[in-house]
Amino acid sequence: MPLLSVRDLVVKFAMRDETVTALKSISFDVARGDRLGIVGESGAGKSVTGFALLNLISRPGFIDSGEILFDGMNMADMSDAELREVRGNKMAMIFQDPMVTLNPVLTIGQQMVETLQAHRKLSRKEAEQIAVLKLREVYIPAPEERLAQYPHELSGGMRQRIIIAIALLLDPQLIIADEPTTALDVTIQADIMELLLELCTTKKVSLILITHDLGVVSQMTENTLVMYAGRIIEAGRTREIINDPQHPYTQGLINALPQQTLPGERLKQIPGNMPSLSAAPKGCAFNARCEFAQDRCRMEVPNFEQIGPVKVACHEVRRLHHETHKQEDLA
Amino acid sequence: MSMMADHQGNSLFARIMNSNMAYSFKRNPVAIVSMAIFLIITLAAVFAPLIAPTDPYDPSLYDILDSELPPAWTNQGDPKFLFGTDDQGRDLWSAILYGTRTSLIIGICAVFVQAFLGISIGLISGYVGGRIDNILMRFADIQLSFSTLMVAIIFLAVSQALFGSETFNKYALFMLVGVIGIAEWPQYARTVRATVLAEKKKEYVDSARVLGFSSIRIMVRHILPNSLSPIFVISTVQVANAIISEASLSFLGLGMPVSQPSLGSLISSGFDYIFSGSWWITTIPGVVLVVLVLVINLLGDWMRDVLNPKLYKG
Amino acid sequence: MFAYLMKRLFQAIAVMFAISLISFAIQDNLGDPLRELVGQSVSEEVRQELRDELGLNDSFFKQYTRFAGKVLQGDLGTSYFFKEPALDVILKKLPATLELVLGATIIIIGVSVPLGVYTAIKPNSLFSKIVMGISIIGISIPVFLTAILMIFIFSVELRWLPSFGRGDVVHVFGPWSTNFATVDGWLHILLPSVALASIMLPLFIRLIRAEMMETLQSEYVRFAWAKGIRPKRIWFVHALKNTLLPVITVGGVQIGTMVAYTILTETVFQWPGMGFMFLEAVNRVDTPLIVAYLIVVGFIFVVTNTIVDLIYGLVNPTVNLSRMDA
Repeated sequence: MPLLSVRDLVVKFAMRDETVTALKSISFDVARGDRLGIVGESGAGKSVTGFALLNLISRPGFIDSGEILFDGMNMADMSDAELREVRGNKMAMIFQDPMVTLNPVLTIGQQMVETLQAHRKLSRKEAEQIAVLKLREVYIPAPEERLAQYPHELSGGMRQRIIIAIALLLDPQLIIADEPTTALDVTIQADIMELLLELCTTKKVSLILITHDLGVVSQMTENTLVMYAGRIIEAGRTREIINDPQHPYTQGLINALPQQTLPGERLKQIPGNMPSLSAAPKGCAFNARCEFAQDRCRMEVPNFEQIGPVKVACHEVRRLHHETHKQEDLA
Repeated sequence: MSMMADHQGNSLFARIMNSNMAYSFKRNPVAIVSMAIFLIITLAAVFAPLIAPTDPYDPSLYDILDSELPPAWTNQGDPKFLFGTDDQGRDLWSAILYGTRTSLIIGICAVFVQAFLGISIGLISGYVGGRIDNILMRFADIQLSFSTLMVAIIFLAVSQALFGSETFNKYALFMLVGVIGIAEWPQYARTVRATVLAEKKKEYVDSARVLGFSSIRIMVRHILPNSLSPIFVISTVQVANAIISEASLSFLGLGMPVSQPSLGSLISSGFDYIFSGSWWITTIPGVVLVVLVLVINLLGDWMRDVLNPKLYKG
Repeated sequence: MFAYLMKRLFQAIAVMFAISLISFAIQDNLGDPLRELVGQSVSEEVRQELRDELGLNDSFFKQYTRFAGKVLQGDLGTSYFFKEPALDVILKKLPATLELVLGATIIIIGVSVPLGVYTAIKPNSLFSKIVMGISIIGISIPVFLTAILMIFIFSVELRWLPSFGRGDVVHVFGPWSTNFATVDGWLHILLPSVALASIMLPLFIRLIRAEMMETLQSEYVRFAWAKGIRPKRIWFVHALKNTLLPVITVGGVQIGTMVAYTILTETVFQWPGMGFMFLEAVNRVDTPLIVAYLIVVGFIFVVTNTIVDLIYGLVNPTVNLSRMDA
């Protein structure tokens, strides 16, 4: 049984005049110790997915239907008390911007101790000892002194390390990291990613890494989901997806990487923009930007199905795949 | 309903009342009712000389025998006096019409003074920056910490003692407009300054400067339009506040004289009679005042929700 | 810390200097001290002599320095009406006003914090909507009208509560007598302090609600939820502490407003405090008392504002007092 199994998850946002669907029935699994990358442009639904897993979608958003089976329990219909039991304890999350994630008026120590005390019966002294231990694990110098400090006294990189330490406090089974380095200096980004990878592999913690950076995904994860306009459009082993992307959108993403371009040449960007959630076109959401789009793509939403080693949602890929197979059969 | 829409289309602020605003207005019953009441009160105030049965400013028309008559709908009421009469035998309905007019004039004029001062100072402070900005904003801080009412009470009290009540009463209206207007400029100045600072960083201001436009032109033509929605929201609340301030000052005897009453001085003149049971002299102008201020505040709330401007806090 | 303190102190002194200038100008123009001293039956020659003697013909600067020097020694002149030192008259009235402000402050804090927090946490509940509705009505009623209404209902119609004066007060020490020692005292201070609180209460409820709602949307509150922290701790520790920071700043400004509103409240309730005294002084053109009131109130404003700024600096860890250039 996988550690996490998401089935037909639908998340909607009730706006003033209309209800928009941010996640249009997504399904995926994460095995114990597995590292999964979720890739896509901003607005594709990556972050919403991350928060939905903790059942932490804030108003006006809500989980409309579907299951989030975590360790056999459905997060989507747990009581608030049961959810509190899981959050921060078995499933922890690392937020995007460390500058605004820590409470400015509480010390680092208070913010770590409260997390421990929320889940275990510990005295403040005991909790502080564990906190120091965890701070050491994320290579914070002089951890004892940090406990009395306020967030604004620390650099962004330092704060993100502390947030990672908070996520690790209760030895969770799954960590969701939502673009953990986008707000940081480029020089620190690699350090943080390396730290995260090291901790996840040594502690055998599952990781869901939400990012727009395919390069990071290829270094960090074993499996990858590519999201577009609230749907998963391609999923499989990271190696397969990077080396042999099937969906035209994934191909576009890979071609847009700077490594794919010669010096002096223009970056190969995908033309156009992702449609907004309320203005999604009929059929495949990518059709307006896709060079292979046919009439069918403008009429029907493609099924998400296994084609070769990966799962893809694309009419063209399926057609081409069947044609090659026919030719192979003929040959 | 259609009248409302027409009014918006024809009004001076037609450009600001974009379709989004009109749309939300039509869907908000509180805003519609408030606007209707506000318009009724305003129209009644504007046409007070035509509506009022008597001229409350002319003492020769009062009859002391008519004094303290209760409203027409009560047992001892006289049908001649809809809302009864005050202690001098003056028709309260006429006095209220004229009083509302005075209160509205003072409220709106005072806010114009505030806006003019505050916007100019805010623009200069934000645009010029540096030392001048520092001094002006420090000044605004200090002025804000001294509450309008306090400044106004002291100023008016001293001028009353200085000039004597007769001269004071003659110019009371201008003094009220002046003092309420001057005491509240920091509200506008801070908000406008904040917008200027935000806009100044944007490229279009740089390009306007490179093109050689003068500072005043850049401020008035380019930066000011961007602070319109907060100014609009503040102004509504400020009119309500100014009317309350005027009423409070008049109540203390530092505002409009009883011979030319505003709503505040009417309430004040009735206060002495509340213990003897003549409740209407205070209550009816009081209700008018509260309703007027309430609908303005409700409209302000609604506008804040629709325009959602970044207001300067604190 | 030291530099910050000095800066605050310097500003406070500058403001006090401005107030003293204004006060002096008023004293100089308002009323003729000669008439108070000798009446009008004295010849012009004797008047001139007296003027020289009193230093009234000295330069503005000289006269001001003399005035300021006296003020610094606590000599604010002698009240024409009470025939007593003006400062003594005010100090006698001060406790009544301070107790009124204290009563109102307790009501404001005690009511606005829970209501502001509740309406922020449950913005769509019926109770929140009622609170918000009442609060906008509250903002629209001038304080003197609230006071009159309460007198009409509770004193004239129901006859439950007294409508004027302080009632039985118990002497504590010096000029201070308290309302809080007898039942009668409590009954007398109830209406005035509720009336005084009524103007600020809706403002504070709305302010706390708005700040709290903004804080509840913040990333650190979301992170606290993600850590599995109990709601009570999130609301009252994570959110409320951040909410109160801006509230303290605004609160400081509002203290000044409240002193102004004591004039209105005291007038309606015939409360023997310094606001009521001030209006009487104005009607009697008791110049020394007017000037003394101005200086004392100015001093109260400056002191409370400076204290509020310092408290803000102490409560907010992100304000580094030694580096803050406010």
